[in-house]
Amino acid sequence: MPRVSAAPAQKTERRSALEQRIMLRIDGEYITTDPGKTILEVARETGIDIPTLCAVPGLTSVGACRLCLIEVKGNQRLLPACTVKVEGGMVVSTRSERLDKYRRMILELLFTERNHVCAVCVSSGACELQDLATQLGVTHAPFEFRNPNLPVDASHERFIEDPNRCILCTRCVRICREVEGANTWEVGGRGINSNIIADLAEPWGGSLSCTSCGKCVQICPTGALAVKGRATGEMTKRAWNVTDLNRMRGART
Amino acid sequence: MSKTRLATIWLDGCSGCHMSLLDTDERLLDLVAKADIVYSPIVDTKEFPENVDVTLVEGAISSDEDLEKIIEVRSKTRVLIAFGDCGVSGNVPAMRNPHGPSPILRRVYIENADVQQQVPGEVVPALLDRVRPIQDVVPVDLHLPGCPPSANLIYDALTELLNGKAVDLAGRFRFG
Repeated sequence: MPRVSAAPAQKTERRSALEQRIMLRIDGEYITTDPGKTILEVARETGIDIPTLCAVPGLTSVGACRLCLIEVKGNQRLLPACTVKVEGGMVVSTRSERLDKYRRMILELLFTERNHVCAVCVSSGACELQDLATQLGVTHAPFEFRNPNLPVDASHERFIEDPNRCILCTRCVRICREVEGANTWEVGGRGINSNIIADLAEPWGGSLSCTSCGKCVQICPTGALAVKGRATGEMTKRAWNVTDLNRMRGART
Repeated sequence: MSKTRLATIWLDGCSGCHMSLLDTDERLLDLVAKADIVYSPIVDTKEFPENVDVTLVEGAISSDEDLEKIIEVRSKTRVLIAFGDCGVSGNVPAMRNPHGPSPILRRVYIENADVQQQVPGEVVPALLDRVRPIQDVVPVDLHLPGCPPSANLIYDALTELLNGKAVDLAGRFRFG
């Protein structure tokens, strides 16, 4: 009788891949997934929505906006779903009274930090900050408005940078570095004085590194970066093309 | 049961929120079936009355007159509603805050004036140093955002309020 041959190598590999799969619970739902993914990625694959402002599929996650904070059972601290990797046996809650409270507070602080005047903003109607306020029921901010005096940079031929509408999500910084490779944008200053700067805090229009590709403009969640000459509510963006750009280049998405 | 006493007042805003209230069109009749409008730019009363159940306050607090009015309104109102983005956040009037009132007054009354170049000191109310949302000055019971809030939102929120329901605006309003 011929001996049963050992399982082909391919099969073994598949089995070990299967053995590596991990199981966790998000909002009570049992989910089997591959390790190495973030909680945000797995939640979105499962159809569970977690609000975010800084995370963009295809760009490095930095946990800047803190809106994706979630609760993990056994951990007193809230963790950002966009940077924390899934682990077997994790029990994750993406909605709770505590999380709702903090998410609303984050938006309230964003609205009071700079001058977000939706009524006169180019991105009104296509703004992720405005949409989240609606979604999370942030009808007002119980803090004093700072109303800082921040100069607009209109030196670029085609685009305009208005720091009054910036939430420091750093999407522009990351897309410029990771997709365009130009490294024009960076965060300058510290704490409350942090700001997005071009090159060494020079006028954008004079930047030697900027290729004028406009990716930062398309990825900006608010009206902070916009195409010049747009009136109120005329600036719609094509943020999610980035994922396709990376796919076309064969990069990790 | 006596009808609800409803008031509306116009502080530093453009009157767009009141226009939006009028845009409820024939549904205004449903509202006045439940509430008497006891004070408003669209009725003739000159003095803000006592014992008002609900007041819609359009506009931010920008001048000494606004400040006096809102304190009076609060003391005579049970449920005070910040009506529109100016009352909620300062909105467009508050865009002068990074600069203060002096450069604005200079620009309007001196640089842009062809005759009588002077900043008015009488009759026109004096501007406060900072434009404030209503809740910075007096407690607000409900914020109704929008620039202006849509007629539907105004109608729905008022109807829910007049029927004694809790008003939850999540998903229903939009700033701007």
